[in-house]
Amino acid sequence: MEEAIAVNPWASLAYLVAGVCFILALRGLSSPTSSQRGNRFGMIGMTIAVVTTLVTHAPLLVTNFAEDSYVARLDTVTLIEILVAIGIGATIGIVTARRIAMTAMPQLVAAFHSLVGMAAVLVAGAAFLNPEAFGIAVAGQIFTQSRIEMGLGVAIGAITFSGSVIAFLKLNGNMGGKPIMLPGRHVINLAVLAGILGLVAYFTQDQSPWVFWTITGLSFAIGFLLIIPIGGADMPVVVSMLNSYSGWAAAAMGFTLHNTAMIITGALVGSSGAILSYIMCRAMNRSFISVIAGGFGGDSGGGAAAAATDRPWKRGSAEDAAFLMSQAEQVIIVPGYGMAVAQAQHVLREMADKLKEEGVRVKYAIHPVAGRMPGHMNVLLAEANVPYDEVFELEDINSEFAQTDVAFIIGANDVVNPAAKTDKSSPIYGMPVFDVNKAKTVLFIKRSMGGVGYAGVDNDVFYQDNTMMLLADAKKMVEEIVKALG
Amino acid sequence: MDFISILSIFVMAVFVGYYVVWSVTPALHTPLMAVTNAISSVIIVGALIASAAIGIGGTGATSKWLGLLAVVLASVNIFGGFAVTARMLAMYKKKDRPAAGHK
Repeated sequence: MEEAIAVNPWASLAYLVAGVCFILALRGLSSPTSSQRGNRFGMIGMTIAVVTTLVTHAPLLVTNFAEDSYVARLDTVTLIEILVAIGIGATIGIVTARRIAMTAMPQLVAAFHSLVGMAAVLVAGAAFLNPEAFGIAVAGQIFTQSRIEMGLGVAIGAITFSGSVIAFLKLNGNMGGKPIMLPGRHVINLAVLAGILGLVAYFTQDQSPWVFWTITGLSFAIGFLLIIPIGGADMPVVVSMLNSYSGWAAAAMGFTLHNTAMIITGALVGSSGAILSYIMCRAMNRSFISVIAGGFGGDSGGGAAAAATDRPWKRGSAEDAAFLMSQAEQVIIVPGYGMAVAQAQHVLREMADKLKEEGVRVKYAIHPVAGRMPGHMNVLLAEANVPYDEVFELEDINSEFAQTDVAFIIGANDVVNPAAKTDKSSPIYGMPVFDVNKAKTVLFIKRSMGGVGYAGVDNDVFYQDNTMMLLADAKKMVEEIVKALG
Repeated sequence: MDFISILSIFVMAVFVGYYVVWSVTPALHTPLMAVTNAISSVIIVGALIASAAIGIGGTGATSKWLGLLAVVLASVNIFGGFAVTARMLAMYKKKDRPAAGHK
């Protein structure tokens, strides 16, 4: 049954080269110095794939049908339509990429994921409606194997789309970060998933349109239902997971079209997203299943946190903070999502520059789940011109807090909470955290004493003797510290 | 290509992906997501095939329009994804380089 696909060996070779370029693109990201070259490899690979397809599948107009021959000439209208479509996409894409604020990167990535998902659904739909064009059917009967691949492809694509749309709305603030819990959602979700798989199996027997479109509809629904109950703090896992799905969707379509470039890319992207999800889960000490089950990250701090706020704590001013830091030998800055919200990264770097002039060693410590997506803080610091060799990961810097004069916490909370180590009843117990309490002095920027972190847990660091709370908007506070440093 | 050859390519690529992605430095995880996003839009290949296909009857024409719409969506992703990755990567700088020299 494979004979129906006309394989041009040069085209196959070109797709393979494109696939290898994509591998090199990811390989380049192993260090910032080689990363830009890697990105160029990605562009080259994509160009090869697109040009190859345009050449081998040039739009043709067929005229003069005869017994066993026909005359084909280039269908310029369709070709122009395709080029216009690419042009529209390119304009939207480039303008968005230029204008987007770095703090909005998680939303942008979620939006892009939704587009990959939708494109996969559309391609699967087009293949279903016109299977001969894709070489996956004879006399209107789609091959059994292609039906499975197509069914899975459209399902994964649709889940990626609706899931990413919800993730986008949550990240963009159009929808509250709080988890929305439907009663009996686990039963509903499992039933819908079972329904999708059952229909994909039935699709091999009956290629009626209703089967295909029901699979599509149910998959849109499940993507929506899966992401709705997941809270804001778990978004790094969700974004990585959707990244992975968009890869598997591309791979499934690659199987349908027997296209090496799509299969290699799909596998790369799929495993990339899966590894990132795993890293994020590990950094929160939560199982992937518990994240997907959702319900975490609401404002359900409850009684314990309310009772604890009566404990004594010290309030400091910007001048105190400036004095303490200028006298220090080493300052470690721990940024979190609050820094992104306040857009405080630029003024933070100004503060670090002032301190460096005073002879203070400044380092940045980044927790894997700080922010709303993997690497979010690193990008923001890079945007503010912080050299990447001053920025350290959790394992590399955590032992240094004991020899540090000032730990400066800006917009982070759960990732510096010692309860993760000591309190077994805490929802964040077991999560690897920064040992900021070991530093000589802790400066903690926070909006007010009322709110607690996303996990809804009180933080003992607030009440330590060596902690000074700087209660203000992160950006304003850092600006005042910069002024006080003179 | 038969199914087993395709499956072999897929399985090998998953392993390559596994090792390549673990070697990505955590500082570049956001650009990693942006660039994987861009390359997963290689699905544009399917969209181009659908757009260029000779549409026979109503479903054929619908198929073509679905394809063209997919080309637009995938292009947004390709150009947007690579452009935003390039923009991010250009920001990663080392210490002690003449920071004032940048545009």
